[in-house]
Amino acid sequence: MSVAPALALRGISKQLGSTRALEDAHCTVRVGTVHALLGENGAGKTTLMRIAFGALEPDAGSVALHGATRRFHSSRDAIAAGIGMVHQHFMLVPAFTVTENVALGSRRRFNATQVAARIRALGVETGLAANPDARVRDLAVGAQQRVEVLKALANGAQVLILDEPTAVLSPAESEDLYRWIRRFVSDGGTVVLITHRLAEALAVADDVTVLRRGRTVLAQSRSSVDERTLVEALGGDAAPVALRPGVRPVDAEADIVFALEHVDVVDARGVARLRDASLTVRRGEVLGVIGVENSGQRELLRVLAGRLEPSAGRVTRPARVGFVPEDRLADALIPTMSLTENLVLADAGIQRGVIPWAERESEARAVISAHEVVATGPRSPVAILSGGNQQKFVVGRERAVSPAALVAENPTRGLDLRASARVLAAIAAAADEHRGAAVVFSSDLDEILGLTSRIVACHGGRVTEVPAPADRLDRAPYTRALLGLGA
Amino acid sequence: MDALVALWDGAFGSAFAFWSATLVRATPLLFVGLAVAVAFRAGVLNIGAEGQLLIGAVFASAVALALSGAPRVVMIPLMLAGGMAGGALWSGIAAVLRRRFGVLEVISTIMLNFVALAVVSWVVRGPLQEPTRIYPQTVTFVEAARWPFLVPGQRLHLGFVLGIIAALALWFVLARTAAGFRVRAVGAGPRAAQSAGGVDADRLTFRVFLLSGALAGAAGASEVGGVTWALYEGLSPGYGYTAIAVALLARLDPRAVIASAILFGALEAGGAGMQRDAGVPAVAVQVVIAMILLAVLAATRRRMSLSDGA
Amino acid sequence: MDAVLVPFLEATIRTATPLAFAALGELVAERAGVINLGLEGTIVVGCLGAAVGAAAGGVGLGFAGAAGAGLAMSALFAYFVVALRTDQIITGAAFTMLGLGLTGTIARSYFGIGDAATSIPTIGPVSVPVLASMPLLGAPLFRQPVVTYLLYAAVPILAWWMARTRGGLALRAVGESPAAAAAAGIPTVAVRWGAILFSGLMGGLCGGTLVLAQVGSFNEGMSAGRGFIAIAVVVLGRWSPFGTAGAALLFGGAFALQYLFQALALDLPYQLFLALPYVMTLVLLAALRGRAAAPENLGR
Repeated sequence: MSVAPALALRGISKQLGSTRALEDAHCTVRVGTVHALLGENGAGKTTLMRIAFGALEPDAGSVALHGATRRFHSSRDAIAAGIGMVHQHFMLVPAFTVTENVALGSRRRFNATQVAARIRALGVETGLAANPDARVRDLAVGAQQRVEVLKALANGAQVLILDEPTAVLSPAESEDLYRWIRRFVSDGGTVVLITHRLAEALAVADDVTVLRRGRTVLAQSRSSVDERTLVEALGGDAAPVALRPGVRPVDAEADIVFALEHVDVVDARGVARLRDASLTVRRGEVLGVIGVENSGQRELLRVLAGRLEPSAGRVTRPARVGFVPEDRLADALIPTMSLTENLVLADAGIQRGVIPWAERESEARAVISAHEVVATGPRSPVAILSGGNQQKFVVGRERAVSPAALVAENPTRGLDLRASARVLAAIAAAADEHRGAAVVFSSDLDEILGLTSRIVACHGGRVTEVPAPADRLDRAPYTRALLGLGA
Repeated sequence: MDALVALWDGAFGSAFAFWSATLVRATPLLFVGLAVAVAFRAGVLNIGAEGQLLIGAVFASAVALALSGAPRVVMIPLMLAGGMAGGALWSGIAAVLRRRFGVLEVISTIMLNFVALAVVSWVVRGPLQEPTRIYPQTVTFVEAARWPFLVPGQRLHLGFVLGIIAALALWFVLARTAAGFRVRAVGAGPRAAQSAGGVDADRLTFRVFLLSGALAGAAGASEVGGVTWALYEGLSPGYGYTAIAVALLARLDPRAVIASAILFGALEAGGAGMQRDAGVPAVAVQVVIAMILLAVLAATRRRMSLSDGA
Repeated sequence: MDAVLVPFLEATIRTATPLAFAALGELVAERAGVINLGLEGTIVVGCLGAAVGAAAGGVGLGFAGAAGAGLAMSALFAYFVVALRTDQIITGAAFTMLGLGLTGTIARSYFGIGDAATSIPTIGPVSVPVLASMPLLGAPLFRQPVVTYLLYAAVPILAWWMARTRGGLALRAVGESPAAAAAAGIPTVAVRWGAILFSGLMGGLCGGTLVLAQVGSFNEGMSAGRGFIAIAVVVLGRWSPFGTAGAALLFGGAFALQYLFQALALDLPYQLFLALPYVMTLVLLAALRGRAAAPENLGR
């Protein structure tokens, strides 16, 4: 028991802007273990690990590495001390080669030949193969993640922090990553796995720390906790909201709201993004869409929402379709403008003449109250709202634009449980009482399973319906569909 | 100190200084200030108001010379229309280069400023040169092509009123109408304007680019029609560049451009007075303008970021 | 034919030299993500610095004055765009006005009213033995002022430094993806400061070359748009040192055409030649399709 912990964070507090991101948080990571750091969005997981990685300096508290207290002033110090971090949004330079990206974090003189040789050697050693001369922008997401890990390892990382590493991976890729993590740990390495997925933590971790609103609320070994304890620690009163599991059956006689017949989408570079896609969505239906990144779902949703012209095929859809895009701050809202202006934005393309601002302001007020958007008023700029309130406003606006046809893309990304539940309920309401229909894509399979009546999977630009298994919560058919493996 | 007194006297020291120097110089600044303001509002970085002004002046002069028999009520609107068409043509080149070929308008408009200088230099020695072929300029325009003065005995002319009308109209369009809202939306959030609003951002910025050029071209028409009554080189002491400061000090609000143009008009007029009375070169005014611009930038920081629309 | 061609080639290199100085500096700034539209102002300040320095203490002090003036201008520019994070384009436009206004004001009080400055010492061409006597290209390439030879060395060194060293890697990373650079422990703010200061140094030397190796006096506004052209040169050179040097030569050639056509006594309006470099820029930019190879984070 005399071995000092690989990483020990004690009494960490950090103020970020007006929010208290961390308050007396602690986390102790033993050498040679996988340590899961769990918490809801905004609980402070990433902030805590950015402090361990030297990207942020704590207001109070200490960081100790292998028993010695350290003060990191930048990531460079942490890298030199043997810590590596793979951020959720990769910190790679897309225009650089793999070699250049790996060399970037190094303190040594840049010698491309040596770095490339090191990458090849590490590939053999660890099974993480990457072509040193490939440009990162040409690599698939999984390969980019391997480059991130290689970058950390090439710089001598013994403690590896992985921030939501499976968020962008297919189930099979995730399995590979877990296997690799176990192997790295058994060779003496240490891994901190930041995640909000319970199952993931339970499957691979040796120890678990749970953060809640910036405080450590649980720190135990995996063997001494069960799922229920963790759920309680994670959310307490706001524990996972069960979405109505009894989803309505599809009424085959109902009117068609959306229909695609043999639709192709070819992008500006001539790459086929959607091939021969056909589907119908009827009134009263919520269609779920699943797919790993770049599988065609992005284009499918935009064709349905009328935001993208297909290259071939027939599209039937209502004249106006509400659309909730994934990147709300860039694609749905103008942050510097007021809520009223952002409401008007939805009609910007078709409106003519003078805008009746007073009228539009009371409409904005109506959306704010109907969807419980917390804001000082319709004139406050969108930028000062929280992410959840921004999204509630977007969904409210799009429902007002088109009450009976809604398309949503990862609508709960970055939202806490409570806001997620409200947003999902508002989307589902578009199909309530057989008024209309909604199409929802989510990278969270559970969300799709809880919300939708029917599911299609995108793979390589092809859209196929996944027949519902006998046991509704059997995930295997969906996992196979994501990989394009048919039923 | 003498210089500052001379600067003040040159701008506000007398009724003549104010009506015939300050406001006369504010007139082109009003038009080009609006040109820059509307372009920046839409996220179009038009640095080429200078060239658009010059080509506007060329076109307006060509109209004045070609229609020398026309009555004033026909002549003046056509000169204005010609000037605006010339400015729009010039900014249109940059607009096409941006839309079809992805050429950054910052670079193309600056290049076109230099080309416009060469064009003026050529027409006043070539097609539009006065008949004796001695001086590099056109003949003095006929009476009907000279824009009327507003105040008896002062040099302030019709262009100033037109500029005020343009400012108020532009303000109304931007603040109150759907078309103006589209311009603001595309400038502040181009992706959201397209995705959430269904606005064709490319087409809209193209049109704003033309409008911006037309406004700058109107400044050229107003200068040759209201001030010089002829076309020659050195017509503009860099109004098109000062316009950037005019627009930014007004925070891109067309109503505020009126006040801002008068302030910079006073500076230009005062600079001339300063050179005359205190021997301080008029270019010193450029230093003052640059400093005002930098002060505005420092005060607003990222809030007035234009290039990333955030 | 040589009687026409050799002076043309010689004029090409001569015109390209100051342009290449400014463009290589701009290249480094842009690779760090900063577009320095104030370069025009930096160059003209460098011109004045050179004239004042040379009048006071000879050519050496002249170049020192040019470099110092350029550095001072760019330090102020860096303070605005890096420390205060003001908009690069507008800040640059303001610095161009500032430079032109300041030099005009100072020059008149320093050299008296009127444009032409008192004559100042200059450097003449130095022939490289053997090489200069090559036919056709010998004299144009190797009978030039020393600063031109400096440039011959600077281009490959810069290319090597950008591609093969840690510093070059850091520079490019900051221009492409500051977040990734910061995550790798690169001090992004310092890199941007350094890059802008380098562009100021080179812009100042551009001015120094103009005054001390070519014109021999200071004239108001003598930068004559070179700063803006240098920015276009970087775009045409696809953000690479050799490409930039090549594009600068192309521009040198476009300017030098004036002499060639004068020599050939063609009856064309001379304004055509005044406009040619700018028109050529527009055509080439359109042909090369904008910012395909631009640093991802340029201007942000």
